[in-house]
Amino acid sequence: MIGPSSSHTAGAARLGALARAIIGEPPTQVEVGLHGSFATTGPGHGTDLAIVAGLLGMTPDDTRLPLARQIAREQGIAITFHECDLGEVHPNTARLELVAASGRKYLVQGSSLGGGDVVITLVDDFPVEITGELPMLVVVHHDQPGVVAAVTARLAADVINIAAMQVSREQRGARALMLIGTDEPVPDDVAAGIAAIDGVAEVRVVPRV
Amino acid sequence: MAYGSFKELLAAAGSTGTLAAAAIAREAQDTGASESDVRVRLASTLEVMGEAIETGLAGTLRSRSGLVGGDARRVSVSAPRLAGDTFTDVIARAMAVAEVNACMGRVVAAPTGGASGVLPAVITTMATRLGSPPDALVDALATAAAIGGVIAARATLSGAAGGCQAETGSAAAMAAAAAVEMAGGTPEQAGHAAAFAIQGLMGLVCDPIGGLVEVPCVARNATGAAISLAAVELALAGVEFPVPLDEVIDAMGQVGRSIPPSLRETARGGLAATPTGRSLAGERPIR
Repeated sequence: MIGPSSSHTAGAARLGALARAIIGEPPTQVEVGLHGSFATTGPGHGTDLAIVAGLLGMTPDDTRLPLARQIAREQGIAITFHECDLGEVHPNTARLELVAASGRKYLVQGSSLGGGDVVITLVDDFPVEITGELPMLVVVHHDQPGVVAAVTARLAADVINIAAMQVSREQRGARALMLIGTDEPVPDDVAAGIAAIDGVAEVRVVPRV
Repeated sequence: MAYGSFKELLAAAGSTGTLAAAAIAREAQDTGASESDVRVRLASTLEVMGEAIETGLAGTLRSRSGLVGGDARRVSVSAPRLAGDTFTDVIARAMAVAEVNACMGRVVAAPTGGASGVLPAVITTMATRLGSPPDALVDALATAAAIGGVIAARATLSGAAGGCQAETGSAAAMAAAAAVEMAGGTPEQAGHAAAFAIQGLMGLVCDPIGGLVEVPCVARNATGAAISLAAVELALAGVEFPVPLDEVIDAMGQVGRSIPPSLRETARGGLAATPTGRSLAGERPIR
């Protein structure tokens, strides 16, 4: 990693990278809220630089990390930071409101747990737990019988093992979210096959970060 | 290297012989990589550690604020070495890596950036002292990672969540366990060394001046490494810590949760809140 803090720099870069992977398209505008220790000591630790570096696709050991904000400006990505109070969350938490090239808006919130370990806790309205340790399939779908079975059957057909799985919904019969951690990365054609399943609204493949 | 308890790690070492071997076997199992691939990855991590030591000891870096840089070289060249070469080399190397980290150079989080100096300093100096082959350093890193994994699972490695004890305390424990195995100590002795290191740093707060990972962080890598060395000597002499390592780690986590937020990496208490700390923070804007 590039110093000085694994939570505030390396972890922050991984949070940025996960946010970028979760939205699945380049952001054009990002508003970052920094909570707790991220807010009070973040500037000294380069947290801002690291989050931007992650959003740009840099890894925590990329020596261009200190130049990340400048590189973002050159690429026309508007990124602003502010302090915020998110209540009873981990002291190193960031909340990213992103606008993608398509104009679509996203919300991604996550915490840096120490030693570079991170967890994304919120994607749009859904509470989640995405650590970047496993490749992750994010499936937004309609809450109806058979969707989970169809998705897992498709993975089984391609010999992709499910290591972890989490299903949540906004309310019965409404929009729902499947998070599937896999041992093997999910190839694009399999993801496309899953996206075509009846009841599935969208599929994103989040790699190990 | 995900063992949830030292007890479990120790049991695994019962069949593999060392904590290092148990750690590498588990990592291979968890990631699907071969054991030799795991060793190759650890060896490349060691290279980054070695480069950071060299860069820091060269003494040409200055941090963003100008508060740190060049002290590792000063220690290496000018210290009176009253406690012997091993001791002085360890504290100089610990500061060297911590200075590189403070200057946004490349380091290995071990377990964190703020505490990145302790582990490389202790194991590389121990390798010189013992005349260890390069493979022994790979083993040492595996042992250290397994101990760090247990601490992450049971408590925290984050200064913001648990204070400096969670960072330099964890680093000192990881380094002490690794060094004990390098010196031919048993897995049990390695566990005692880790327990001695954590008890010596229990309660240490995180109070960085200006919110920068500079003062006192660089010096704390040196003093944390010194405690790690003490723990190694105690354990290798056969002294046992009566509280099992898992319970010591749990206690560290509990203490961390009791530390007020002002002393957990918010730069609002401790040294950061002293008149000098505040003035240094104010006089040295970082951008």
